[in-house]
Amino acid sequence: MPETPDFEILDHTADVGVRAWGKGPAEALRNASLGMLQLIYDPSTVKINESREIEAVGRDWPSLLVAFLQEVLYLVEVEGWAIKDLEVVEVSEYRARARLQGEDLDPERHLVSGEIKAPTYHMIKFERDYDHWIAQVYFDV
Amino acid sequence: MGLLRNARQKDKYVWEIPVGTQEGMRVPGVVFGDREILQKADEDNALVQVANVACLPGIVKASLAMPDIHWGYGFPIGGVAATDVEEGVVSPGGVGYDISCGVRLIKSSLSWEEVEKRLEELLDHLERGVPKGLGTKGRLQLSRKEMEDLMRKGVKELVAKGIGWEEDLECMEEGGYYPGADPSKVSERAFQRGRDQTGTLGSGNHFLEVQVVEETGPLAEEMGLFEGQVVVMVHSGSRGLGHQICSDYIEVMNAALYRYGFKLPDRQLVCAPVKSREGRDYLAAMACAANFAMCNREAITHWIREAFEATFRAGARKLGMGLLYDVSHNLAKVERHLVDGKEMTLMVHRKGATRAFPAGRPELPESYRAVGQPVIIPGDMGSHSYVLVGTKEAMEMSFGSTCHGAGRTMSRKAAKKKIRGEELKRRLEARGIKVRTDHLSGLAEEAPEAYKDVTEIVKICEGAGLSRRVARMRPVAVLKG
Repeated sequence: MPETPDFEILDHTADVGVRAWGKGPAEALRNASLGMLQLIYDPSTVKINESREIEAVGRDWPSLLVAFLQEVLYLVEVEGWAIKDLEVVEVSEYRARARLQGEDLDPERHLVSGEIKAPTYHMIKFERDYDHWIAQVYFDV
Repeated sequence: MGLLRNARQKDKYVWEIPVGTQEGMRVPGVVFGDREILQKADEDNALVQVANVACLPGIVKASLAMPDIHWGYGFPIGGVAATDVEEGVVSPGGVGYDISCGVRLIKSSLSWEEVEKRLEELLDHLERGVPKGLGTKGRLQLSRKEMEDLMRKGVKELVAKGIGWEEDLECMEEGGYYPGADPSKVSERAFQRGRDQTGTLGSGNHFLEVQVVEETGPLAEEMGLFEGQVVVMVHSGSRGLGHQICSDYIEVMNAALYRYGFKLPDRQLVCAPVKSREGRDYLAAMACAANFAMCNREAITHWIREAFEATFRAGARKLGMGLLYDVSHNLAKVERHLVDGKEMTLMVHRKGATRAFPAGRPELPESYRAVGQPVIIPGDMGSHSYVLVGTKEAMEMSFGSTCHGAGRTMSRKAAKKKIRGEELKRRLEARGIKVRTDHLSGLAEEAPEAYKDVTEIVKICEGAGLSRRVARMRPVAVLKG
């Protein structure tokens, strides 16, 4: 049973951000993704019909976080897919692979509330903080 | 925070943040505004961003901010920075993710009395005709080759397909064609994100508004505006295509940063020399997004005209639905400007700022050469919008730039917490503004309380000499994604 995602939505005058935590980078990536998805639709309305895989590469931890979120966003925006949950199955500083569960996006049933243009590098953080990992990212919306 | 105490007031609405206030500044920062705007920008950290932009290699004169300044990412929103094309850089963050996001105003010969009784019917047609946000496909399904042609040739290619009017072309910056576009510099992913999105409004602060001209000043007649006239405003950009191009080139330039040895105070300010391979490739891709954005607004215009035709049972030309003008407020452009008495070729970045050229500039179409460039300033939802005109003073002070809108003052989260979408809709409707939206919570984010008063911003622009008022419009209906 996956744990309740640990994240908070951050205030920014023009845009919006997510700060997520995890025991390790994999969990922080999952939680940051779920935080971002909540800004687009309501993941609790999504059923699991299908699973997909994504892979992201980065040059360092922050760029990996940006690349990973871009992959997730692409599934939603271009493939028209609503993600319920995801598991990061492999992660290093330069690469992350994840398995995602969800179904076809239905704007009405999934309560779509907005779009995200992109994750930015503005005040970005993806690092170990004592005994846990923190992932922070602001989005252009 | 705390840069305000370093700021020196140079004129009633001009403040300077001197070189040395922050390490690495190559030029001073200059903010146009009153004390309140400066204070708010300081609390918001936006003044630090003005100082950060002043560190960009090759920046000339000053790092500028318009009166609608607020905290952005990397650049402040309302930021203008010009770099020397020979030795300076181009920064994708100085353009933003929504490349060539902009506003246009479509005129009509209809008066409010004629439209009022048919407004609901008109809105039904508009709602059916103009696709909005996520999950809705555009009405234009373009092949890869057709997409490439739009990117390469701009709006004239769309007009050749029978969408939009030939005469619209001259009422757009660059005649609807941003030069130098090369689709081979656009990633497959960006193509995929832009596919099916030509002629879609998008969500967030993007909208379509039916407005009534409420007050006119000098030059309004020359621009074809009269009191009581119904006009339509469109605010949209380059959709997923532009967002992805910006993301892609931030990565490309991040990877190349070591090569140029730039030390930047913020990773989001990443840049490359204009003349470098990375810089040239970005500009070729950015031009594709700029052309796509103008095509997007042109396709939307086409469907707006169809909605008017269906409602008023007359041709759009007969209804006087010509384009007043189309401006981009997120773009970098090569322009000639005088700097300390010397004419220079500059890369002018405008991030949430509008080009505002005065009469006589060769860039302006013939119809506006004697009048000056129309500048279209959307207010926040439910408040006024403005048509302004560029000035000679703006050429001297701000590389021919002025504000782009009201500017946020409350975060989206705070707005959502404070205001309920349904209540806001009722409130607007009580003031005679009809609202059509798919998402009421998105509506709350754009509540009037979340924005600065656009009238104040416009007055300050006028006081500072950056632009002059031509007309004020009030909204009668809002369509949002």
